[in-house]
Parts: sequence; structure tokens; C-alpha cells
Amino acid sequence: MWDYTDKVKDHFLNPRNVGEIEDADAVAEVGNLTCGDALKLYLKLDADGKIADAKFKTFGCASAIASSSALTELIKGKTLDEASKVTNQDIVALLGSLPEEKMHCSVMGMEAMQAAIADYKKRHGLATDAVEEDDTHEGRIVCKCFNVTDAKIRKVALANNLHTVAQITDYTKAGGACGRCLDEIQTILDDLWREQSTAAPAAAPAPTAPDTAAYDALSPVRKIFLLNDIITREIRPLLERDGGGIELVDLDGDTAIVRLQGHCGHCVCASATLKNLVEKKLRELVSLKITVKEA
Amino acid sequence: MSEARTVYFDNNATTAVAPEVFEAMTPFLTTLYGNPSSIHTFGGQVMAHIDTARERLAALLGAQPSELVFTSCGTESDNAALRSALYTNPQRDKLVISVVEHPAILNVALDLERQGYRVERIPVDANGRLDMEKAQEFIDDRTAIVSVMWANNETGNIQPVKELADLAHKHGALFHTDAVQAVGKVPMDLSEGWVDFLSLSGHKLHAPKGVGALYVRRGVRFHPFVLGGHQETGRRAGTENVASVVGLGMAAELASKNIERENSQVRALRDRLENGIVANVPKTRINGDVEHRLPNTTNISFEYIEGESILMLLDQHGICASSGSACTTGSLEPSHVLRAMSLPYTAAHGAIRFSLSRYNTQNEVDFVLEKLPPIIERLREISPYWGSRQKQ
Repeated sequence: MWDYTDKVKDHFLNPRNVGEIEDADAVAEVGNLTCGDALKLYLKLDADGKIADAKFKTFGCASAIASSSALTELIKGKTLDEASKVTNQDIVALLGSLPEEKMHCSVMGMEAMQAAIADYKKRHGLATDAVEEDDTHEGRIVCKCFNVTDAKIRKVALANNLHTVAQITDYTKAGGACGRCLDEIQTILDDLWREQSTAAPAAAPAPTAPDTAAYDALSPVRKIFLLNDIITREIRPLLERDGGGIELVDLDGDTAIVRLQGHCGHCVCASATLKNLVEKKLRELVSLKITVKEA
Repeated sequence: MSEARTVYFDNNATTAVAPEVFEAMTPFLTTLYGNPSSIHTFGGQVMAHIDTARERLAALLGAQPSELVFTSCGTESDNAALRSALYTNPQRDKLVISVVEHPAILNVALDLERQGYRVERIPVDANGRLDMEKAQEFIDDRTAIVSVMWANNETGNIQPVKELADLAHKHGALFHTDAVQAVGKVPMDLSEGWVDFLSLSGHKLHAPKGVGALYVRRGVRFHPFVLGGHQETGRRAGTENVASVVGLGMAAELASKNIERENSQVRALRDRLENGIVANVPKTRINGDVEHRLPNTTNISFEYIEGESILMLLDQHGICASSGSACTTGSLEPSHVLRAMSLPYTAAHGAIRFSLSRYNTQNEVDFVLEKLPPIIERLREISPYWGSRQKQ
């Protein structure tokens, strides 16, 4: 049994603003039947551009219905600009709290609001902000089961200060079904928070861009020497700390073909190691165009 | 708001301890607390009661008392059977199970697979019936054990266990069945000799939680799962859970007496409930193989709405049921059983299981029939898919 707060129960048992608005100024639908929850939001604005009425229809569990109800209560009387600032934390706060596993319900509420604003702007020929774009069309799909993109994972992780894959699953559902994308979510989180920690202090030195043009001018043999040198000096020592190793096998255009050895060779994180460590390092030190493939 | 009464239609999850069972157990929780292994009369006298319990359970199953090992639960029995079969047949490295097994089998198989054993999982059709052609293909001379549940906990589907056992034996493999849901509801006679291992659980048949049993056919080699003392003739170590074992014995005796009632009275109540729901609520579907089903179980999908919401609203009236929907468990996908049956998502998310017992009444069924339709209507009013479906 879920430990729902009295507020959640109240909004589930007596949901506010259920229904449709026939001549709505904005309509948005997020989620779908397959995923197990979906929210359709209708907005009607008054002469001052404030949300005069908001109605919803939701397919989903008690917390999905309660989150939808809470959202409509939060946005009524606000301008679209004000409503665009409503976050999933605001929904959770109104409801007291939500079980961690149900946080995605509050995120769905926030997304519906943003999608509705995008719909309004589209109807009125206004430019949309990136934040209001439908997440499912922005970025690359990471979780194929629930159609969650890397852009959404980053956005929700930043907004809610999420650091673990399990939290990402609770908030976005990503990784909650077949689990094949769990490694990739970890990579996204690692990159995100590494960027954040280096970006945060203003004084942090910007990573020096490699001289890509100079590299391009090299002969293939010299390119291989250079890559081999970088791998030997900069990358192999890092892998050796974990009982692994690496060697350069071939170079095909800008694709460096490498073989992971020792523990790395059969590590489940091998693909992550290639992308996050080897490729990143080579791009940093040699050329932005380099990609890395395993032999 | 909530009414005081409880209508318990979740008997595949657990059952009420029968009053007779409770009464039979009480002395062993109060005055007769001795250890049955003790040499003194005070302790030793307790052993006679364990023997009686074993005889009563054997009578229900058509087994010999010596073929029964008391365990802590159905899950332990499942673990013991699978691991023993592999341990005693080291030349065979394969298990054949079904995709709709309980986690007590699925996760043991997964663990064994990680250790290097081969596991084949027999698929099911849209009604949850096993693909017997696949079963024939999978079961071979490398197979140490075939393990398929007698009846499914979610749909109540009764599987063709005899056929599977014959297939297993044709290849010299052992046959185990998780009969946790079937014992006490389906008449069985293990003296026919085609079952090698059978798991059962006390709390599914009105005994308390924390006691189960494993049937090991005479002549089948057995390696214990729990090692330690000499209890259960060396087949399951650990001081006997005397009170619960006595309770299980009494529950078995009651089940022997009531098995006819399960199949007439309980079945009639289940049918009244199911027919009433289908007649009064549009867009429902009965999941599973209705021809081969436990008499107490119905699994019904209410399309375009989600199971947890339905359960929460039923709970407001004290009505207890369960759901294969994702949101009830914290998992994000509907149950593996409903997915294995390729149930459309419109139906899988709104699947509710009602499971009855002999303690349920017609009055309770009618109460549910009164309360349920408005709940479904109310949630469909909130659902964005219901309106669009009607407009189509």
C-alpha cells in the first residue's frame, strides 16, 4: 500500500477541475496509454491573459490524478508566464509529498503545463522557448520503453538535484522497464554533474580546444603515432588502475579502433568507458572529430 | 467515509486463518511449548501432533506422510525442489519453466542461469495457456527438472501439469509444480505418482503465514536446502514451527472436507460476481483461460482506466482486491503474467483480480456489484481515453 498523504488522497478522491473546455485557448496531452499514465490539460484565458479556467482528464494511478488536480489549482489565476514557472516540486509541495516512485506523476503535471503554453504560442504564432518544447521531440531517445530523451533526463535531474539512476527512474520512468538504458542514464548523469561542478565556479578554466586543423593536416601514419602516444601516456594509466588496459588497433578516417583489455575487456561498462573516457580524452587532446570504436 | 466492514476478495494473496486452525494452534503457543526433539515427555509429546499434521496434509494430497517435508513457505519449497534436482543430477544442466511462474521460481531460475545452468521458459498464448509445442521442444535429455505451476496466482489458469510431467519423465527429467494456489481448491491424488515435487503454502489455505511444505515423491533423491539439525528426517533442518505445522494440518483437514464446496459454492459466488460485473460495466474483459481456471479467481480488465485508482476507490468501501497494474507495485510495467499473455495495454493497466474463499458470502458479492460500477464510471469520466473512445 502506498503511503499517500491526506492531501494526495483528497485530490484523488475529490479531484478539482476535471473535464474539458470546448473553446479552450490551449490544449496539451502528455503521456500515453502504453506508459500507464496520460494527462490532457485544457486552458481558458481571460482578457488579461490570466488562466481563467483549467480542466484536466487523466488516465493513471491515484498520484497521477492527484498531481493533475493539484496542477490545475496551482495555475488558475496565473498568467502563462507565471504558470510556466510552476515546477514539479510545486505540485509535490501542494500535495504534501509523493512517494519517490511516484515522482514522475508530478513531472507529468509540469510537462503538461509547458506543452499547453507551447500550444498556446503555436496557435498565436508566437516563438516558443526551449523549455516549453515537448521533451519527447527534443534530444535523443535514451529509454525506448517510455520514450524518454537525454534532454528530459538532464532537465529533470537538474531541476530536482537527482544523482542516481534509480531517482531518474522514479522521476521520469526512464530505465524502469527493460533496463537496457541504465548504463546510459548513468553516463548522462556523470557527464551532467561533472559539467555542473566544473561550470559552477566562474574561475574554472575553460577546457582548451585541441588544434583540430593541425591534426587534420597530419599524414595517416603520424596521426596513428600521435593517437598511440596519447593513449599510452594519458589513457592507459587510468584504465590500469582498475586492472584494465587498452591498445590502438587501427585508424579509419577519424574513427580510432581500439581494443579494451584485462578487466575492461569484459566489463559491463565497456561501452561507457569507451565513450566517456577514451573518446572524451582524445577529443580533448587531439581532435573534436575523433570517434572511438571497439575492435 | 469508509465503512467499517471489510470485504476480503484477495484470497490468492493470503487467506484468513480458519477459527478451527487458530484453536488447534493455541496450545502450542502457550502450554505445549516443548521442543519435539527433546528426550523428556514434555517436549517429546509434541512430536505426535506434528505427525498428525503430516497425516492430515498427506490425506489432502493423496500422498504418504513420509513424502512431506514441512518448510517455512511456498518460496522455500520452490527453492529446495529446483536446487535439489540440479544437485542430484549433476550430469544434467537444464531447467524448463514457464514465463508465467511466480517470482519464487522465476528468480531462482535466473540465479541458476547466472551460475551457468541453461533455462528455457515456455511461452503462453493470449489466454495464458502454455505453448505445448515449445514445451516439447525445450524438454530434452539435458533437462534436470521441469517446473510449472499448477494454477496461476493472477489469472487462476490451471496448467496442463500432467502432460508436462509425462514429457519430463519421457526424457528422464524430474517434474516439480508450484501448487500454492491449487492445493485445497483442485482435487489431487499424488499417489498416481506423476508428480516428483510439489510446493504448497499454508497461508493460502487458511493456515497462518510462515509455514509451507514440499512433497518429495518416495524414491526421488533429495538434497536439503536448509542444512543443520536432523529435523524432518534430515530433509529440512531447523526446530519445527510446531504451532504453524499443527495449524497447516488442521487447515488441510478442513480443506479435504471443503474442497467440494470450493468447487460449487465458491465457484457460484465467483461466477455471480464476474457475470454481474460484465453485465453492468461496459468494456470489460475476462483475462485468462475461463475453461481451465481455479473456482475462486477472476481477473477482469476495465479498459481505459488504471488499476491502482480502482483499488484505492474500492478500498474506500473496505473492498480488498489486487491488480496486475504497474502502479500498484511501484514497478512501471504491468505484471509479467499479463504481459506474457500480450494483453493490450489498454486492458493490462486496468486489470483487477478478485479471489474468493469459502468465507465469502453472496451478500458481499452483491455489495461489490453495487459499489464497483460507479467507481469504474467515475474513473472513466476522468480518463482522456474514455471520452475520445465514445466519440469515435
